[in-house]
Amino acid sequence: MSHQCLVKASNISVQFADRQVLQNVNLSVHQGQIVTLIGPNGAGKTTLIRVILGLLPVQSGSVEKPAGLRIGYMPQKLHIEPTMPITVRRFLELAQRKDAEPIGRLLEEVQVSHLMDHQLGSISGGEMQRVLLARALSQSPQLLVLDEPAQGVDVAGQADLYQLINDIRTSHHCGVLMISHDLHLVMAKTDEVVCLNHHICCHGRPEQVSVDPSYLALFGKKEAKNLAVYTHHHNHHHDLTGEVVEHSHD
Amino acid sequence: MTDFILRALLAGLCIAAIAGPLGSFVVWRRMSYFGDTLAHSSLLGIALGILLDIHLQLAVILGSVLFAVLLILLQRNKSLSTDTLLGILAHSTLAFGMLILALSDAVQINLVGYLFGDLLTVSTSDLWWIAMTTALLGIVLQKYWGQLLAVTVHEELAQVEGVPVSRLHALMVIMVALLIAVSMKIIGVLLITSLLIIPPAAARRYAKTPEQMAAGAGVTGCLAVCGGLLMSLYLDTPAGPSIVVTASVFFLISYLAPSLSGRKA
Repeated sequence: MSHQCLVKASNISVQFADRQVLQNVNLSVHQGQIVTLIGPNGAGKTTLIRVILGLLPVQSGSVEKPAGLRIGYMPQKLHIEPTMPITVRRFLELAQRKDAEPIGRLLEEVQVSHLMDHQLGSISGGEMQRVLLARALSQSPQLLVLDEPAQGVDVAGQADLYQLINDIRTSHHCGVLMISHDLHLVMAKTDEVVCLNHHICCHGRPEQVSVDPSYLALFGKKEAKNLAVYTHHHNHHHDLTGEVVEHSHD
Repeated sequence: MTDFILRALLAGLCIAAIAGPLGSFVVWRRMSYFGDTLAHSSLLGIALGILLDIHLQLAVILGSVLFAVLLILLQRNKSLSTDTLLGILAHSTLAFGMLILALSDAVQINLVGYLFGDLLTVSTSDLWWIAMTTALLGIVLQKYWGQLLAVTVHEELAQVEGVPVSRLHALMVIMVALLIAVSMKIIGVLLITSLLIIPPAAARRYAKTPEQMAAGAGVTGCLAVCGGLLMSLYLDTPAGPSIVVTASVFFLISYLAPSLSGRKA
């Protein structure tokens, strides 16, 4: 891909106390590319993106980003302190950059305009993820970093959310780095899968990774089979009642 | 007689107006134990001020700010949980302060006044200290409001967006320390945290935004000061407890009354 490299992490190793969390991890994300980080719980996925975001110091290795790179970050979950009253509008205003799109426009893009004046604590899990995505978009990001974006979203909503992320990648010309457990849903849209378990087990295009022995060892045959089915038969869409809807995704 | 009441009233209103917004942060960030610790330690400031014979208000302010900085540093190196750390520091500094006061036979100080507040002791110079400090706090709070709020809602999100998180955390602790240092005379060491906590809690149910809660807390606090001082004047009760009792009555009313707009918070 000839697009600009947005972030290049080289030989990242992280140790907490005497536990080696990451070992010589290399990862890069280019403009227009979706890179999905998969791996079992505790594999160091969140640690890796925290290092890339600069939330954790680089213990060894290096993280290179172009100067002034605009990053939109969507954290794993947002705990709203119940003593704080705050509307969706006010929450998004907190992040406002001078050159950002107006809040109404941001909410429209993630399809939750109707939530503008709702209390943040009263919206559903799926709505919250979309609001968090809007907050990430408010940074006019060149790179989106999403930590399990579909967490707490019902099954029907998950596919829509990943579709939305895919659309955003196209419309904002940004790179996307995300952690996901929903392998079968994200694979079809992903350019590169990185399978992490403290070190990188395997990486490459989804169809390559899905037959990689180290991937199969980590996730088992069953999950891998699901994945293969979904990557190859991705020509229809289910509506909320489960009916098949003819719909082109790309 | 009107002079000292007017001074106490003005001092109390200045404090309550800032304690509302600042206290909202204390509530949101769950820092109430922090406030208690800072308040307890300010007695050590008084003791040291007496011992070293420096201006008492200045001694308390310097002591509180130094102590706040110490707390921030200790908290950063996470060998003890914050909870334990605060528990140790709150009570050991209070005890140290009491010991020093007991051992120094130089002056007879009004200990009960410092513990529970005494509106009779608010001098014109005290009023100046309070007015200047709260004005400064108001300006700083106004300037950093958005950033403080962003950090409070989600620290890492704010950090990725370029907000200097640890500096703002330190700023918050120092602001609380300063407010406590100047409020001691009127509310007292043992009760000052309640003026930070109760008015925001009372305002919570009727607020839709953080700003509404902060403003509501400021107004509630001012009303509590007026009510408390009236009570203190007519029933001859100590000032601090009177103000706190009034504030807690407001909280109870707000908690029990049906929500104004019919909307559950």
